[in-house]
Amino acid sequence: MRRYFGRKLLTYAITFFIAATIDWLIPRLMPGDPIAGMMQRTGGGSTLSPEASAAMVQYYTNLFGLNRPMWEQYLGFWTSLFHGDLGLSIFGHGRAVTDTIMAAVPYTLGLLIPAILLSYWLGNSFGAVAARRKWLDNSILPIGYLLTATPYMWLGLMLAYIVGFTFRWFPLSGGYGFNLEPALTWLFISDLIAHWFMPFFSLFLVMLGGWAIGMRNMIIYELESDYSRYLEALGAPQRLVRKYAFRNAMLPQITGLALQLGVIVAGALVTEIVFSYPGIGQLVFNAIKSEDYFLLQGIFLFIIIGVLAANFIVDIVYVIVDPRTRVAMRGGTA
Amino acid sequence: MSLQVNDLKVYYRTLAGDVKALDGATFSIADGEIMGLAGESGCGKSTLGNSLIRLDGRMKYVGGSVTLDGAEMPIWDKQAMVPFRFREVSVVPQYAMSAMNPTRKIGVMIGELVESRGLPYKQIKVELGRRIDVVGLTQDVLKRYPIELSGGMKQRMVMVISTLLNPSLLIADEITSALDVSTQRAVAETLVSFRDHGFVKSMMVITHDISILYQISDSILIMYAGKLAEKAATSRIIQSPMHPYTQMLVASLPEVGVRYVDKKLTGIPGSPPSLLTPPTGCRFRARCPLAYAKCAEEPPFVEVEPDHSVACWKVPGPNA
Amino acid sequence: MTSVNLPSDSAGNTVTAPETQTDAVAAPSKKSQHEVLYFALRSKKFIFAVAVLGFLVLLAIFGPIIDSNDPLAQTLGVNTPPSTDPGYWFGTTTFGEDVFAQFVNGLRATFFVGLLGGGIASLIGMSIGFIAGYKGGWVDELLNMVTNVFLVIPTLALLLVISSYLQRSWPEARGVFFESIFVGVTAWPWAARAIRAQTFSLRSRDFIDLAKLSGRRGLKIIVFEIAPNMSSYLMLTFILLFGNAILIAASLDFIGLGPTSGMSLGLMMFNAVSWAALLLGTWWWFVPPGLGIMATVGALYVMNVGLDEIFNPKLREL
Repeated sequence: MRRYFGRKLLTYAITFFIAATIDWLIPRLMPGDPIAGMMQRTGGGSTLSPEASAAMVQYYTNLFGLNRPMWEQYLGFWTSLFHGDLGLSIFGHGRAVTDTIMAAVPYTLGLLIPAILLSYWLGNSFGAVAARRKWLDNSILPIGYLLTATPYMWLGLMLAYIVGFTFRWFPLSGGYGFNLEPALTWLFISDLIAHWFMPFFSLFLVMLGGWAIGMRNMIIYELESDYSRYLEALGAPQRLVRKYAFRNAMLPQITGLALQLGVIVAGALVTEIVFSYPGIGQLVFNAIKSEDYFLLQGIFLFIIIGVLAANFIVDIVYVIVDPRTRVAMRGGTA
Repeated sequence: MSLQVNDLKVYYRTLAGDVKALDGATFSIADGEIMGLAGESGCGKSTLGNSLIRLDGRMKYVGGSVTLDGAEMPIWDKQAMVPFRFREVSVVPQYAMSAMNPTRKIGVMIGELVESRGLPYKQIKVELGRRIDVVGLTQDVLKRYPIELSGGMKQRMVMVISTLLNPSLLIADEITSALDVSTQRAVAETLVSFRDHGFVKSMMVITHDISILYQISDSILIMYAGKLAEKAATSRIIQSPMHPYTQMLVASLPEVGVRYVDKKLTGIPGSPPSLLTPPTGCRFRARCPLAYAKCAEEPPFVEVEPDHSVACWKVPGPNA
Repeated sequence: MTSVNLPSDSAGNTVTAPETQTDAVAAPSKKSQHEVLYFALRSKKFIFAVAVLGFLVLLAIFGPIIDSNDPLAQTLGVNTPPSTDPGYWFGTTTFGEDVFAQFVNGLRATFFVGLLGGGIASLIGMSIGFIAGYKGGWVDELLNMVTNVFLVIPTLALLLVISSYLQRSWPEARGVFFESIFVGVTAWPWAARAIRAQTFSLRSRDFIDLAKLSGRRGLKIIVFEIAPNMSSYLMLTFILLFGNAILIAASLDFIGLGPTSGMSLGLMMFNAVSWAALLLGTWWWFVPPGLGIMATVGALYVMNVGLDEIFNPKLREL
């Protein structure tokens, strides 16, 4: 058990190390001098107060101080990273990048977690029911393929246009109404949910198709497997055969969830942009517009950490669900 | 009369047309008889075995009848066959190593399987425990996952599961081919003991390994290219085979040691005909040293002496 | 989504195992090629997908010739809904740009990204998968580690950082060509993993041993023995990578890191959202690009299933 998780954690640690190093390296590898460009902009101080601007110039000089040797720059990068210091944000008017991101994270998680869980559950159920049943298969399969092939942002756009613009059932953009202040009131919460619904639903729909198709294909392989044939040879009813096939098809689907996390996060980012939903995606959009590289780099690290953590959770779930890994582990430690 | 098969024809559907894998088989297996079914791979022996319990998607029932203990089995109807499976006719499949659900504890799986057939698990649990002893496993296998068992253990466990409801007929399909020699012998002996304990009434042991049959079977049925060639008591087949094919098969077997008919068969010149468009007449004709004009007609599979049937014009008997 | 159709490791061997045929161990024979063709012409999914893709490819090739308007020329009436007038087939944008011209040019870019990005990703994925699966040992361990690292790094997030810096310091690189390369270089990991598993299962087969015994070198064995035996699998992998590259590039464009010169379907949606097409109700600006991507990628996915059924007899329904 320890070996298994040790190995996984090592991979994640290496991944984080590499990702962080890339994060550090990119601005230094790029042709030209992005930092000079940035200094120029901040020097101009279009969106910053003079003090914040001065602080930022100071910060760049410290961090990028290109007169210092590379290894020293690199070490300095890790030191500030461990202090949770990702620099200051231009877009956030000189606020710390960490704080700017933390303010957006709850919105993104609030979209992602319910959308993933619900689509995963429903999609797998649909897929399992559809497999090897002509009529259902012929209707669920094409819908599923259309949904997975749909770019996240486009489904969002269509929903926004039809439900939000034409019928005006839900608000088109934002996290909550402009006229409201965050508070624990019924009015605010209902407004929050109204704004949340469309981005959530659009994310949910695209994912739903993917899970349904994945499960449908997996379960067909399982229904052809030896243990299914044996059960049928012994006259077991389809109910039992399908139940076993479903359980075993679930395992690769769990791995599939881990593999899809990156794509899902990307989907959430662009969906937020469509709805101007104040999560990480909207932050990315604004950071790019205002060429706020510190913010972008910080977001990159944040996403990596989030995806790694989610991967680790999936690993744990997998061990709980698949007896074979447990057995192999017992054998390994015995 | 336990099993009676009459002119059974089962084809495989392929793009190029029907492969006549089993083209008219008539034979019977008596109560308590262990019948070996041997032949080269592709001769239709597995098709015969499978068709008695479950036709898979590409198999097509063409004609003939199967009667087990006096009741006709509707082998062409997947649904109607369900009551027969497990209770009347059961199988130890070729893929016994992977026949058990990898993610269920063996005991749990057996419980769910048995209950799905309308029997309370409690009712058979004692007997299950007894049989686990009989095959030399320990009771804790029920609490384990298949992956925790060795190949031989899995094989024996599947044998116990398949015979749990005391079927009248057990089909054992190439069950020894995946095992090493010593395990093969143990498994073969276990099969005999199942019959002796009365767990199964009669048995059909499909293999390409005649030496195994020599150890355990009462009679042997030889198939060639979708047709029956010869059936007789084991000692008759080994000592005085009549069909030229059987003679060559048996002659190619040394006294001890070599087991694989397939490998040895290279000694017989030529190869079996395509079953897509099989030749008329005797299908062994092209390879048979004794072939003559008459062989262009199909030889009937007839009893030439008590409990000894052959399909060959050269065999002296009622045909001659 | 990435790997929806490719069975993962646990079920993967079914794709190549020719166990339902005879013991043919050699490379695909003439007969089985016939069989593939036979089923391909009878597969509704395959034919449907080929028809849709064929139509879109024709549109991408001839569209810009039929409608020679510069997609970025702001010369037409503003925010005009679609009509039969030349230049107005798909309506115009807020700036009086021809949406149809943008669409067909964007479609070109889309196929370009899919072909180049998907091609690069396939090449990298195959190389790593073959070598890891064939060599085994520490080479496998190392490549596996690399693959796993790139598997968990969210592609888009990585591209985000790279592209955003490029945007400033090397604007010339902000074209469809470089975008395709970046997408290709980051989209390969799952393919490498799937191919590794396949290679692994082939490695122990008789004909590989035979090739080894006859003194063939590793690379030759991979190219002449292993690859042909999983050609169908490789084809499916390429198709999926093709579709994925398109989706990734579209997201990148939509976030605002698309090509600065030229047109792409993602960029059209980015512009539509940036210039409030939603609030103006100019649906013709954002409906065609998304529909184009959906049709392209959807057809690729359907083609993938169709081919899977053609290659793998177990999946066919009789």
